Amino acid sequence: MPKVFRAVVWALIAVLAAAAFARLATSRGETINAAWLLTAAVCSYAVAYRFYSKLIASKIFALDASRTTPAVRLDDGRDFVPTNRWVVFGHHFAAIAGPGPLVGPTLAAQFGFLPGVIWIIVGVALGGAVQDFVILASSVRRNGKSLGQMAREEIGPIAGLTALVAVLGIMIVLLAVLALVVVNALKSSPWGTVTIGLTIPIAMLMGVYLRWIRPGRVLEASAMGIVAIIAALYIGQWVSNQPSLAATFTLSGGALAVAIMIYSFAASVVPVWLLLAPRDYLSAFVKIAVVLALAVGIIVSLPPLQMPAITQFVDGTGPVFAGKVFPFAFITIACGAISGFHALVASGTTPKMLEKESDARMVGYGSMLMESFVAVMALIAACALTPGVYFAINAPASAIGATAASAAEAVRHWGFVLDPAEMQRLASQVGETSLLSRTGGAPSLALGMAHLFSNVLGGGEAMAIWYHFAIMFEALFILTTLDAGTRVGRFMLQDLGRHVWAPFGRVSWYPAVVLSSALIVAMWGHFLYQGVIDPLGGINSLWPLFGISNQLLATVALCVGTTIIIKMGKARYAFVTMLPLAWLTLVTMSAGWEKLFSPDVKLGFLSHAHLVEGQVVANALPAAIKTLTDARRVIFNDYLDAAVAAFFMVSVVVILADSVREWAAVLGGRKPTVSSEVPFDAHVAVVGD
Amino acid sequence: MSFQTLKAAWRDTANVIRRVIGVPDYDRYLAHIRAHHPNARPMAREEFIRQRQVDRYSKPGARCC
Repeated sequence: MPKVFRAVVWALIAVLAAAAFARLATSRGETINAAWLLTAAVCSYAVAYRFYSKLIASKIFALDASRTTPAVRLDDGRDFVPTNRWVVFGHHFAAIAGPGPLVGPTLAAQFGFLPGVIWIIVGVALGGAVQDFVILASSVRRNGKSLGQMAREEIGPIAGLTALVAVLGIMIVLLAVLALVVVNALKSSPWGTVTIGLTIPIAMLMGVYLRWIRPGRVLEASAMGIVAIIAALYIGQWVSNQPSLAATFTLSGGALAVAIMIYSFAASVVPVWLLLAPRDYLSAFVKIAVVLALAVGIIVSLPPLQMPAITQFVDGTGPVFAGKVFPFAFITIACGAISGFHALVASGTTPKMLEKESDARMVGYGSMLMESFVAVMALIAACALTPGVYFAINAPASAIGATAASAAEAVRHWGFVLDPAEMQRLASQVGETSLLSRTGGAPSLALGMAHLFSNVLGGGEAMAIWYHFAIMFEALFILTTLDAGTRVGRFMLQDLGRHVWAPFGRVSWYPAVVLSSALIVAMWGHFLYQGVIDPLGGINSLWPLFGISNQLLATVALCVGTTIIIKMGKARYAFVTMLPLAWLTLVTMSAGWEKLFSPDVKLGFLSHAHLVEGQVVANALPAAIKTLTDARRVIFNDYLDAAVAAFFMVSVVVILADSVREWAAVLGGRKPTVSSEVPFDAHVAVVGD
Repeated sequence: MSFQTLKAAWRDTANVIRRVIGVPDYDRYLAHIRAHHPNARPMAREEFIRQRQVDRYSKPGARCC
């Protein structure tokens, strides 16, 4: 293609992206089609990939396809295996994509679609994809070192230790909030509870099949597993139609929370082949299938966005979660724009699989763009619901009351319309008794997906099946994250604990395994239970904590990236990681500050604690807090949440200060500008030789 | 398209799917050991798969939220 022609095509794509953004930004008082949102996203991704990732690949790392990668150099047929780039791309995408990019945008839809879509698209192009790519390329150049190792070696031991403790802290908050999403989706839903419950024996049967009946036949077992979970969907429906059985499986939030804790504990101490590995295969299949189905559903039906571009809740009075659009939109949407957790994957399995180091651009930058697209689709699914329905599902009972009539009244006050009869009709259409205050994002996303899917296949009759299919799919991979996360947390705890008491660190000593698993479950279980009994709905306090922790980890990753770029002698290009780093520091610090010190009792942990303390003294507890013991528990949890937020903020400051010290030393000439990467043609001993 | 090409295409597709969802590749391992460490005794299939799975689920680098 002639050069001029190519330049014209790229200019057109850029203009199209700008035009779509302009159309989104100027829409006021009229509904706008989701096509504009998709156009803005896809065109921006194309431009960002073509130009910005190219800059990083060529100017900073000078990625060279002829330079041997660790997978080739250290090939051991196990960890280090050179793999086709499309396979690595799929594998990396399946590892980074989870419930995060689906839930975050759904919650952030309370600000309208515009803040969310701007952050998802701009954030991924300049932040999230940059982080993943830079960490992946850095790790590939360092024999696949992990983020923690790079933090220790590039910045210093303090940064390394902070990163390690922060990862454990993040795991705890992450597991708690994801478990809460499942609890809220299954609460009082016999259909959902039975279907999800059945996925456990199904995964175990697959495990037994793979172990003894047809060892290694994963695709065969997965195909049977998929048929079985679809059957479980219909069994759940049948149970929900039998009044006596339905009552047995109609569980309260508290009961579900305890069940999930027991399940996760058990799952993390039984051998991986029995439950975790087969469930992981199943959930990877379902994940990829649903992402594709969601794309087809949206492109075929191109729904109009019912939600306004910007709602009045940007002022911080929103019912879904408290806080103004800045900084809370940027905390709520973590995965999908930038997620620190990805840095662990980009410095974990993936760098050991790259066949050519130039593949890092497509795998690191490219799959993060895909994840961002998933977040855009989740935002579309949420905004395609009418605002009245969206808020009735996502606002806690303390904001909208317990009946459809009170919900309609509350929604009318906010300036939206909700017909109480429509809420009831929707609930029965999807096979639930009520959809009011089903917070956590999963039910409204499932309703949005059911709308889209039933437009393509099955029509209104199929709404109930599609709704429960979507719930099952979210719960399936959240439960997989819970077992896997508890297990990883256990290994990390054992690793830290062996410094205190050596036998605790023995990974094959059963008492240590049981004790450390129980400790991890107790830690996230405490936050989960606190969320379940929280009168404000739990998501309100836990999701921002999760967002702050995930952005803290991104801060660590971007500090590591910046340090590496400066030590390579490319300080001129360090803006690539410093720009998102500065933004995230601003966002996490101001969000952390507000969660700690805001005088608004819905927002600030400390002011809420003081409020309840005052109510205890005055003997005037509100209806939502029944006993003095409950009040003490609420106060304790407020202080605990405040301590966790403060810990994350201190970690950001420590990492940043340690990094700036190192940058100053290198740039000021007190330390040599030497990159720690494996030299181009060095002969490196092969593991096992 | 002959049955043979279809069969080969399915085998390739199945292999890609297996790699993407993270199934350990025993044949690749065996080939590697035979080619590079002819004197070493390779692990049996079951042992290899068990070892790979335990390893996969003990580090935070294998998955995300």
